[in-house]
Amino acid sequence: MITHNQFVKAIVFICLVAPLCWLGWQISLELQQPGSALGADPGEAIVHYLGEWSIRILLFAFSITPLRRLLKSRALARTRRMVGLFAFTYVVMHLLAYLFFYLEFNWSGMWVEILERPYITVGMLALACLLPMAITSTGGWQRRLGRNWRLLHRMIYAAITLALIHLWWLTKDGFEDLVVYTLWFMVLLWFRWRNVSQQLR
Amino acid sequence: MLTRKVSKIRSSEITSESIYLTRRKFVQQGALAGAGLSVGLHANAGLQSNDDITPEHIVTSYNNFYEFGTDKSDPAENAHQMTTDPWAVSVSGEAKKTGKFAFEDIVAGLGRQERIYRFRCVEAWSMVVPWVGISLKEILQQFEPNGNAKYVEFKTLVRPSEMPGQRGIFSSIDWPYVEGLRMDEAYHPLSIMAVGLFGKELPNQNGAPWRLIVPWKYGFKSIKSIVSIRFTKRQPRNTWSLLAPNEYGFYANVNPAVSHPRWSQANERRLPSSIFDPNRRPTLPFNGYADEVASLYSGMNLTKNF
Repeated sequence: MITHNQFVKAIVFICLVAPLCWLGWQISLELQQPGSALGADPGEAIVHYLGEWSIRILLFAFSITPLRRLLKSRALARTRRMVGLFAFTYVVMHLLAYLFFYLEFNWSGMWVEILERPYITVGMLALACLLPMAITSTGGWQRRLGRNWRLLHRMIYAAITLALIHLWWLTKDGFEDLVVYTLWFMVLLWFRWRNVSQQLR
Repeated sequence: MLTRKVSKIRSSEITSESIYLTRRKFVQQGALAGAGLSVGLHANAGLQSNDDITPEHIVTSYNNFYEFGTDKSDPAENAHQMTTDPWAVSVSGEAKKTGKFAFEDIVAGLGRQERIYRFRCVEAWSMVVPWVGISLKEILQQFEPNGNAKYVEFKTLVRPSEMPGQRGIFSSIDWPYVEGLRMDEAYHPLSIMAVGLFGKELPNQNGAPWRLIVPWKYGFKSIKSIVSIRFTKRQPRNTWSLLAPNEYGFYANVNPAVSHPRWSQANERRLPSSIFDPNRRPTLPFNGYADEVASLYSGMNLTKNF
């Protein structure tokens, strides 16, 4: 018998895995016939695709707390760790794809890129914020850190802000998606601010 | 290599029979003339043995033409909406013959040749394209620019009804797209106006009916679908350097030594790249045309004038 919690978790899991399945399918088409699925520059297409889904899933992870209140769904709240870890996984894959397709794992070149290109610098900083959060996502770490765990996981604010700056910085023109992501983030911030100010009253 | 056969235009590429007949005749005449007589000195200048011609479907489906959208695939999807016949060109500024001209009249009687050039985008990808082109010098001299003409400025069509990118509210580009050259750059034998590629009429997404090609500069200099030519005394302001002056300059010569804030310019991805082979190669100074064009910039600080 599947419980409600398991059902919600399974749905969220499928949603998070679906973009990867689609990418895997596109890559397999591409391997059969180059240029058939991902265009003339498949490397760029893969890096951008993973980057897009990274920011979307990060924002989704950040949406779960307000959504839980709105929908009064505890089952959704229980998916938060999984969603956060998926976001981290997408970001890491985005980085690996960039390292492979753009730098061919040339490590000295990577340092030059991090130091010379501000949008790469802030992208790396966003990842640096997510890394300790991913490491301490287990129940054991949650107990060990106690109150500090919540403080540490407030780094999500910095991570998303940096990720958005990263995206604004690398976009030349055509800001539609960016406006949507930024507004989404601001609405979530507003929810939290309202919540805090209500508690204070 | 240069005398390639002019392939037939597919009937799917055309809108009406009258356009089909006139344009086909026009390009075939031109391309044949080019193949027949002027296998010029500069036709394949700087081309190297590993410069394979990029497949046609990539040249016509991977484009930066923000008037039709910012994705590389947007121009191929949307550019069919653009009417290219009739096509009026306004000529103004420091020249004797100014006014409105029909595109056909400007290019009538001018020799077309096939030029196989490397094409290097500022975004660090590149292609090798067989253009059908007309010497820019021959085109411009028809208008008899005077002694004050130090620069020439070009503008792209503005027609939001046919160009979805110009209707977007989240765009920071102030249309029309503007580009310019110094007169000696414009008169250089490598500079052409392209009217075709792969021996066929230029597809809309590549800048029909004609677009500039200056192969030693980043692709954004090679302005598409031109409706205005203006001869000026002062350096024109070009679109990208207006938007981000620290990133894009007026000269925009391909230069691996001067890196762009967003991209290293030391190397490039030659398209098509594949999943297992990004096809990365070092970028050459002046995109490999240094022997022909470096003298245009002698004494200039190319780091400052990027």
